[in-house]
Amino acid sequence: MFKIADWTDQKVEVVIGNLLRAGVSIAATVVLLGAAVFLVRHGFEHANYHVFAGEPSDLRNFRGIAWATLHGRGRGIIQLGLLFLLATPVARVAFAAFAFAMERDWLYVVVSTIVLLVLLYSLMGSGI
Amino acid sequence: MNNLEFTALVGVGSFTAGFLGALTGLGGGVVLVPLLTILFKVDIRYAVGASLVSVIATSSGAAAAYVKEGFSNIRIGMFLEIATTLGALFGAFLAGIITTKAIGIIFGVVLFYSAFSSLKQQRDVYTHDTPDPLATRLRMHGVYPSLTGPREYHVHRVPAGFSLMFGAGALSGLLGIGSGAVKVLAMDQAMGIPFKVSTTTSNFMIGVTAAASAGVYLSRGYVDPGLAMPVMLGVLAGSLTGARILTKTKTQQLRLVFSGVIAVLGAEMIYQALAGKI
Repeated sequence: MFKIADWTDQKVEVVIGNLLRAGVSIAATVVLLGAAVFLVRHGFEHANYHVFAGEPSDLRNFRGIAWATLHGRGRGIIQLGLLFLLATPVARVAFAAFAFAMERDWLYVVVSTIVLLVLLYSLMGSGI
Repeated sequence: MNNLEFTALVGVGSFTAGFLGALTGLGGGVVLVPLLTILFKVDIRYAVGASLVSVIATSSGAAAAYVKEGFSNIRIGMFLEIATTLGALFGAFLAGIITTKAIGIIFGVVLFYSAFSSLKQQRDVYTHDTPDPLATRLRMHGVYPSLTGPREYHVHRVPAGFSLMFGAGALSGLLGIGSGAVKVLAMDQAMGIPFKVSTTTSNFMIGVTAAASAGVYLSRGYVDPGLAMPVMLGVLAGSLTGARILTKTKTQQLRLVFSGVIAVLGAEMIYQALAGKI
């Protein structure tokens, strides 16, 4: 499918650039959709962000956000868009690890994998 | 204020922050949190959570444009991301245990530093020292396009740069900013990387760094969708617009004014934190 010679740093960066742009576009679209639902339903309610209460559990983790989205809740859909946004840099690092493997650059496969593990630890370890 | 008005006002404020941040190269994140806490009276934990999300969006959105120019160095970026992501985790951990007053004061100090460092001339630091053997083993040296054709550069003092990057990551996780000023310190001053290469490479790194702490913020309930939505969309739209007209305008004076605004916000943050309002 791909020849090894095709995988240069320059080409990898172009693919990564497009990957990032696609991720951000998807995230922004989902957030906009959620915003529309949220504002149509709750637009005239009082906004209060002065007192810190923390978000309810259904807006903190993947299962809760999936549940809220399936029930058509605007705030849940916005959080889903933000999850897509969070996933974008993770996908970028995973792709870099793959691309370094195609370049037979094992040192940087290890480096990218370490970064990927730290990111996954922060996402999983915090219980999303 | 109802949700519609709040969304519209925060959206306009975030657009302006992203726009000026892109035009001046100082980033929008650094004025976003002060704007939200001082003007909109948002709790600083919510403000930092929303700012982190917008930092991921702008970094990823701008990266596509940067790679075409061929300045960024993916190896330097990836290696230093080990330091910034670990730092970001540490910063997010700190944010959960120190008081909002302390966060406000640290934020103020970082604002002052950002304003001060942006006034200095951005000049490449040429050292004729031998390159760091560690950098050679990590294959970090590279070539970038210049007016006189491709130009080689070497990387120095990797351990010093790595440690500073841990600090940059910690500040990012604690304050929800890209910490561009500290990254420039690490890459330009310590490692002797040419300015163009360091700016574009650090832009790449900012999104990954912010993602490491944003997960922690989200799971702690510090990311509110009603606030993060206008902030993320506003900053993203603003910074993309700013980047588009960047090439057509002279930004020196704007940079000076924006640095002044950042310094004033820094003073205000420290004052409000000491007065117990944050």
